[in-house]
This record gives sequence, structure tokens and C-alpha cells, in this order.
Amino acid sequence: MTAPLAPADGPSRVEELQARIRGMQATRLDSKLVPTHPAFERVLPGGSLREGTVVSVEGSTTLLMALMAGPSASGRWSAVVGMPEFGVEAAARFGIDLERLVLVPDPGRQWLTVVAALADVIPVVAVRPVGGVAPAETSRLTARLRQRGTVLLVAGEWPGSDASLGVEASEWHGLELGHGHLSDRDVVVSAGGRGEFGRRARSRLQLPGRSLAVEAVDAAPPAPVRLDEYERRAV
Amino acid sequence: MIIDPTRTIVLWCPDWPVFAACREAGIDATLPVALIQGGQVFACSAAARRDGVVRGVKLREAQYRSPGLILLDYDASLDVRVFEPVVRRVEETVPGVQLIRPGTLAMRARGPARYYGGEDAAARALLDTVAGLGVAGARVGVADGPFAAEQAARAAGAAGEPPVGIVAPGASAAFIAPLPVGLVVDARTSTLLNRLGVRTLGEFAALPEADVRRRFGAAGAFAHDRATGREQARVLARTPPPEFEVSQEFEPPLDRIDQLAFAFRVRADEFIERMRAKRLVCTGIRIEIDDESGGHSSRSWLHPRWFTPADVVDRVRWQLQGAGTADSALTSPITRLRIVPERIDSTGNHEEGLWGGGPDERVHHGLTRVQSMLGHDAVVTAAIGGGRMLAERQVLVPWGDRAPERGDTAAPWPGSLPTLAPASVFRERLPIGLLDAGGAIVTIDARGAISANPERFALAGGVAAPVRAWAGPWPVVERWWDAEHAKRVHRFQIVDDDGCAWLLVRDDEGWWAEARYD
Repeated sequence: MTAPLAPADGPSRVEELQARIRGMQATRLDSKLVPTHPAFERVLPGGSLREGTVVSVEGSTTLLMALMAGPSASGRWSAVVGMPEFGVEAAARFGIDLERLVLVPDPGRQWLTVVAALADVIPVVAVRPVGGVAPAETSRLTARLRQRGTVLLVAGEWPGSDASLGVEASEWHGLELGHGHLSDRDVVVSAGGRGEFGRRARSRLQLPGRSLAVEAVDAAPPAPVRLDEYERRAV
Repeated sequence: MIIDPTRTIVLWCPDWPVFAACREAGIDATLPVALIQGGQVFACSAAARRDGVVRGVKLREAQYRSPGLILLDYDASLDVRVFEPVVRRVEETVPGVQLIRPGTLAMRARGPARYYGGEDAAARALLDTVAGLGVAGARVGVADGPFAAEQAARAAGAAGEPPVGIVAPGASAAFIAPLPVGLVVDARTSTLLNRLGVRTLGEFAALPEADVRRRFGAAGAFAHDRATGREQARVLARTPPPEFEVSQEFEPPLDRIDQLAFAFRVRADEFIERMRAKRLVCTGIRIEIDDESGGHSSRSWLHPRWFTPADVVDRVRWQLQGAGTADSALTSPITRLRIVPERIDSTGNHEEGLWGGGPDERVHHGLTRVQSMLGHDAVVTAAIGGGRMLAERQVLVPWGDRAPERGDTAAPWPGSLPTLAPASVFRERLPIGLLDAGGAIVTIDARGAISANPERFALAGGVAAPVRAWAGPWPVVERWWDAEHAKRVHRFQIVDDDGCAWLLVRDDEGWWAEARYD
């Protein structure tokens, strides 16, 4: 989120300024890139996931899986916290290695503690937060993430996330009135971020693409997320 | 060189696997019981044998011959586990015991015979010992060499005779002569010998030894020695394995988990320290808990690396608490806790590298921490198994446990979803409504035809929205031959007005959302 420079009351103005300072810190040049699927090159602010950042992904588990697939394919462990309905089969077809995937489906009220414990050892952690989070707790967790170089993917809103992705529109193909079956869909992913990635951008992705057939995935690793058409404009 | 075979006592417990399984399952061993391995009868009780069940018979055939047959799975490790206390007790009576197989023990006769004043008295002392452990029907044979002694034990007590069979010194060859030759050689050689007209051990023993060796090699010569009663095998007494298990009685009984965990901490330290002194690590333990109301719980726990004292205490806590929290009270106070090591390995195989462990070790530590916060089952790894419904295709295994066998993943599973896998699979299906143009619920008749085209779709309690596209019904029929587990559902794929796709299921109770493509 960019901090708008509209006049505001005292405390919120301070928060905005702090958010801007944090935003500048988060985009240090030495933060390392995490291997991400090439299709996200033009979607994500900065072109790739970065170590120690928080990316919030709203409204699509598939998008979350696609983001996790790149790091998982490069041999990193990943963890999913608080998402009991996370579809394992779809995750495997997207290229997430189940051998290096850990699920904590029901962390209950302790989800933040669990995320902090996992962030120490697992480089990619996805979480669905329950209830609100206090700013003090998030900043402590953010410091920990930055120190460990862990990417936190949040399925939902997160105060002060470095980037946020959301699905604005989705259109399925293959299913008609009374016949056919779901084959692929086009989505419009909107992406925003802080600091130098402050511009809000929209891109079209195939998520999943038609090539994501069972047979194709078993063979050579095809592009699970295909970038068919690309359009980007500043809002 | 021919050594005179030593006088040997063999203690034989008939049908030991059946006895062990019955004792574990709490079944009366006098009932017809059969142990099944690979669809065939592995062992059966005397009552089942009277009905005509024998080893090697197929499961169906056995049930046909003995309709009241109780079937249990054969577990080889159980045999050994139940026999271990018997071996220990016999070792207290007679030192130098060789375990031939679970249920059969051999020992030299000279010492016991002198101590008890005769072979018969020694044999009866042995029988008294095992009878004290509740093992009924054991038999003892005394002869020259373990093979002849075992045959003597099997022959003893066969038809109302006393359960001790003693073959006089030097008479062993004559005693085993009428027995079939298949007892000493494998099935192939046995068939060959039968075709050659050699049917009994006596006839086999009559062949010249040099010829047997030339024709059948070392194995044949070994069998020939046995058949002639000049067995060269000696009793090799086992070294009793070191005792590692720990147990603690609680008086008064403890009814809180944290109290129990604290009280057991010292014993857990001692348990691990004793193994470390022998340069061993433990990778699997069994925890047995007795409570005041007579309940007994036993469970095996594996560890991906090796147990530390804190890990042992954690496992005790997890076994007790189940789904409760750490400070919850137990239903019945605990009187006794026992820990038995199940898998032990040398520390040499578990040494850390010079530069510390790999990254996976760190992951393991982190996950163990989360497990001690939330419980053993809270941290899971996933695998894809077989099945038609999406939720049952996901196999979740607690971190540290071994994944179950999944042989059926590649099976075709007619009715399962062939294409795209949904990203969200609901563990508990959501109730929904699928309505036609008139606002009535869409129904499916016995022939699989829908009452009307679905037009509107609503989550429970939500507002109905138009359906953009739909396809179905796709029937899934499971176990139609089994009234209790039969399942017959119809699947639909729809796309709702927001462009979100759903996988719906219609069963006897109504419409449900099984998964969402989001």
C-alpha cells in the first residue's frame, strides 16, 4: 500500500510516515531474490519474491500456490498455516514438492506464534490470519522474517505488507451450459506495493493454463502458469 | 571329523503365533482362531485344525470349513515380543538358552539334568516354569541334538501321552527314522528324493554320506547329518540383551498431565542415558499406560532422528492428552507408565557432521517445537493417495510418523476427477443450494437425470446468484455391493456469477460444495 500524502490527523500521519520509512528499508538493494516462476516477472513488484518480505495474496488459493511453486522447485521447504482446505493435489500439480511441504491446518489462536516458529527454519511460509494483528506483533515478526530471509505469503490482508496481489476478475473456459468441463481460466491480477513498487498494476495471467493437464505435468516441467497476454498500466 | 551330538532339551510351545495373537487381542485360544498372511492361513488353533483348517489354505476356504473362525492378522514381531518374557523366565531356571524361533527354545541337557536330578525332572521343572506364565500345553523333548529333541517334543503329548518325550542316548537315529524326509530338506529336494524313492529320514540316512554330498552339496550333507542323528549343531546360548525399558508406578495415582510429565522426567533421562552409555540411540519407543479404572493404552512412536529425554516426555504427553490441552485433567488417574525401546541403533549411524547437521535437521527442530506447542497431529506432511472423493485422496501424516502404504494411487478409480484439481478442498462439505428457474431445488432421479437446468446457486444463508455455466451430473458409485458403506453421489461443476468455479456434490441429503477452484 502506498501512503497517500493527503493531510491527515496527527497519529495517523505519523503511522503513514513510519510506513513510508519501512517501505524504503524493505527495498534495500541487498535483499536477495527468491526464485519465482517466470510468469510473475511482470506481475510482482520488483519482478520476483524477495527474502524477508511479506506478500499478501487475496482471493485466490491458486495464485498462492503458483507463488509457492517457484521456491519449492528450487529445493526450499514451504509451510502452510491455518488453511485446512489447502488442496494438496492441486499444489502437487502446480509443482510444489510435497516432500518439502508442511501443513499446520488448525493452529487456533496460536497461529502467530506458530508462524514465528516456522519462519525461523522454513523459507516460505503461507498463512491465513485469524482475527486482527497488533502492529507491535507484526513489526516483531517482520524483523524476524528479515533476519531469517523468510518470505511470508498472507492469504488475506496484512498491515504493512511489502506487496499485495489480488484477483480482480476471473473467467473460466471449457464449461458451458450443461456440457464441457473446466479447463483453464484467465485472471486479471492486480499488484501493488510500497516504496519503488508503489504503482498499482494489472496483468493478465492464465491461472491455470490449458497445458496444466495431468499428463503434461508428469512429463517435463511445463509452465504451470502461462503468461499469454500481458498488459500493464499505471493506475 | 564326527562329533557326538550333545544331549539337548527343547521346549516347544505349540501354535505359538496363535497363542501370542490371542493373548494380545484378548481372545480365548481354545476357540477356532486363524492367523492370516497374504490371504492365506499362516497358523491356526487346535480347534480350527479339528474343523479342517490347515496352514496354507486360502481365507475363503478356511471360513467355509470352519464357519465360526476368528481371523487375525499375523504379526511376526508380536510373536517375538510375547515370547520374550518366557525366554527371560526360562533363563532364570536354566541358564544358556538358545532361541530357535518364537515358541521354541533349546538348551544343553547335562547341567539341568544334574541339577534337578534327571532329565525327566529337569523337563518337568521347565514345564512348571512356563505354566507359571500362563502358557498352557507346552512340551519338552530330550534327545541327541536339537533336531531330534525338537521332533521328540513334537511327538510327546500327541495322543494323551505325557508332555515330556525322552529319547534314550544313542537311540535318536532310530527315533527319527520313520519321519518324512521333508523335515530336513527344502521342498524341491524333498520332491526329488520322494521321486527317487527316499521317503523317510531312515532311508535318507542309509544313503552313503559321500554320495549325498556329491549330489546335494553342503546343504544335503547337513541334512544327512541330521537324518543320521549325528547333528553337529550345538546349542549356542544367547547373551541376554541389555534391559533398557523403564517403568514407574505412581502412588497415589496422578490425574494431571503436567504433574505426570514432571514426575516422569527423571526416568526419561535415565532411559536415554542408559542407552547412551552403551553407545546406542533409540529411534522408536512404545509407551504403555495403565490407569486406575483398569484401562490400558499402548502406542508406538517413531522419531525421525532419535529420542532425547524431552522427546520421550512429549510423546507421553501427546498420548495422554489426545485432543485436550496440557493442563486438562485425565478421565482416570494414571497408576503406571512403561517405556520400551522398539528400535535401537548405534550412535555411529547418527553422528552429526563435523560442520553440524544439514538444513533438514533445523527444519525438524522447528517442526518439533510447533508440535510440542500444538500436539503431535497438528503438524502434518501430505501425500496423494487413492480414492474418488477429493478429501480422501489427501493423506495427511503427522510429522515424524511413517507414511502409510499407498499401493492404489495408480489405480484408475473410475469416477474420480480426471482434469484440473481444485485449489481448495473442504474437509467438511459446505451446505449449498442449487435452484432451477422456478426457485425449486434441482433433484436427480434414479436414472441420473436432472429435474431442471440449474439456474441459481447459493451458499447456505447467502443470496442466490445466477449460474454462468454448469456441467453434470457425473455419477460416483462406490461399494454398491455393501449396504453399509455404499455411496452414490453426483458431481457438478459450476461457475458462479463472480467467475468462481465450484465442484458440487449431490447426495441423499442434499447439495454440498466439495471443493472450490479459486
